[in-house]
Amino acid sequence: MATTTDTVLEVCDLRTHFHTDDGLVKAVDGVSFSVRRGETLGLVGESGSGKSVACLSALRLVPTPPAAHPSGVIRFAGKDLLTLPERDLERLRGNRLAMIFQDPLTALNPYLSVGRQLTEVLEVHEGATPAAARRAAIEMLTRVGIPAAGQRIDQYPHQFSGGMRQRVMIAMALLCGPEVLFADEPTTALDVTIQAQILDLIGELQASLGTAVVLVTHDLGVVAGTADRVAVMYAGRIVEEGTTAEVFANPLHPYTQGLLASMPRIDTPSRQRLAAIPGLPPDLGQLPSGCPFHPRCQQAGDRCRQAYPEVVIASPTHRAACWETEAVS
Amino acid sequence: MTVVPAKAAPLLIVDDLAVRFPVPRAGGWLAQRQGEVRAVDGVSFSVAKGETLGLVGESGCGKSTTGRAVLQLLRPAAGKVIFDGEPIHEYWRRQGGRWVWESRLRDLRKRLQMIFQDPFASLNPRMTVEAILAEPLRNFGIAAGSQRRERIQQLLQTVGMDPRAIRRYPHEFSGGQRQRIGIARALALGPDLIVADEPISALDVSIQAQIINLLADLRERLGLTLIFIAHDLAAVRHISDRIAVMYLGRIVEMAPAQTIIDQPRHPYTQALISAVPLPDPARERSRQRTILTGELPSPVSPPSGCPFHTRCPLREERCRHDVPVLQQITPGHQVACHLVE
Repeated sequence: MATTTDTVLEVCDLRTHFHTDDGLVKAVDGVSFSVRRGETLGLVGESGSGKSVACLSALRLVPTPPAAHPSGVIRFAGKDLLTLPERDLERLRGNRLAMIFQDPLTALNPYLSVGRQLTEVLEVHEGATPAAARRAAIEMLTRVGIPAAGQRIDQYPHQFSGGMRQRVMIAMALLCGPEVLFADEPTTALDVTIQAQILDLIGELQASLGTAVVLVTHDLGVVAGTADRVAVMYAGRIVEEGTTAEVFANPLHPYTQGLLASMPRIDTPSRQRLAAIPGLPPDLGQLPSGCPFHPRCQQAGDRCRQAYPEVVIASPTHRAACWETEAVS
Repeated sequence: MTVVPAKAAPLLIVDDLAVRFPVPRAGGWLAQRQGEVRAVDGVSFSVAKGETLGLVGESGCGKSTTGRAVLQLLRPAAGKVIFDGEPIHEYWRRQGGRWVWESRLRDLRKRLQMIFQDPFASLNPRMTVEAILAEPLRNFGIAAGSQRRERIQQLLQTVGMDPRAIRRYPHEFSGGQRQRIGIARALALGPDLIVADEPISALDVSIQAQIINLLADLRERLGLTLIFIAHDLAAVRHISDRIAVMYLGRIVEMAPAQTIIDQPRHPYTQALISAVPLPDPARERSRQRTILTGELPSPVSPPSGCPFHTRCPLREERCRHDVPVLQQITPGHQVACHLVE
């Protein structure tokens, strides 16, 4: 992807490998993507596809060991995050680069009041006085839709419901007005009516702050409604990337096609048989030869068993890694 | 009130079912007096033989508790559960201060089975697949020795697994395969009614479709009657003949699956459907959404009147005071809402 002036974060050839008892696990293996100001990139995949590890690696939050130091380049604000001294990185994390997690109950500190956790961000990164930080925190809690924020700021995480906790996490992540927000399955633990509220909230805040969002999710429905572009991951690599309209209207990779076909939807005739993808996601420690999707792929030929596919370019913004896809594009 | 489809006598009739759990009263852990949460309140439905009823709702709506009370894994506080003509809610007796099953209920267990949500928690990690599947057979004295092993291998084939898996342990399998083992266990005794409690929500997207298809196939092949419990309306719709939508322990709407999706009448059902994301960018971005404000109220102190009134975009004064009853609006379509005529 061509770097434009708008690009705030660019990930090039990121590799995060883990040394485990079962051998080398290539959780992320040559992943490249970028996000522009105000844009949402949907990073889609199943568990073990490497989507979360890719985000954690971008912020250098993967513990080493067991992981080897990630390789590749992550360009942000003219620097490479992977080679930046830890102290400089800490000035960016939680400030210009923020992350929200799937489960806000484990991501928030149960021993500290919500206010303490929020004001810490401002005091550390912006040198705010405690009183100013508190004011800003209450304002942000109100903005994310927490009623009676002035009182609730002194409560502890367990006193909030799941949806409210996720709002607290979002407030914390956005307090310093980050340029990039990594949202790792932010609504997966929530009920569907609350999910709709939270996705709307992220969209509104993003529009007003111009934040670029990397939205990690397994739910193609969530991506369809929120992402500008989509990157589909399988076995540690991006197998297809394009604008949301391109990927949904003309999925190139058989895995993307399979995911779309296998989803139960409410807008198709009832009791229609689902087109399931056969087989199981691969064990990352023992990847199949060639294209890692070939054992589950209906279209796989000899080439697919031998070598990782070359990239097929369908448009300046739409590409996929598949040997057989010319036939279907 | 129950609606019986004309085609067949119902295998299961649930009438005015209630389940209550004791909870400490507000005042902290030192509080002496016990309160109670009405997890399920006044739930009635019937399921015909071979039919699949979907129970949907958000966390805390009582759908799982309903499933467990139907199978008598929980003792109902009130109401009736009639299975194949037998009042199974009465098959309990006091023993040493506890409620236990009467032997008749234990016998019926062969015909009443459950599939659990979490395939990691519901299989004993220290037992081989053979031991897991042998347990129900041994408990009911079905087959022994080489016959039992044959039966277990057949069960594995029925759920699409390699019969050689019998010597392996649960941790050697993926989530989807474990769920298949859980399904094989539920099938071991040849049940008539299976309650599947969120059987796919712990699974990967590409595996969910496999399990839904498997359940649909087994239902046809074995003539099973299913209660399919899930929070995912799209998945429930795919497998169900009828759907009951629950909110705070009550059924708020019940209708044939396609009717629920096409003509939802309860404001909650409408909001629930509009919140289900569509994997179609153009339609997803252009459609009208009803985004509910607020959170699910605590079942410990449910709102007065209609339990949904605190979040309902259409609420009126009477909704605050009067509990709406589930009424039939067209044959087979029931709604509990003051605003639906």
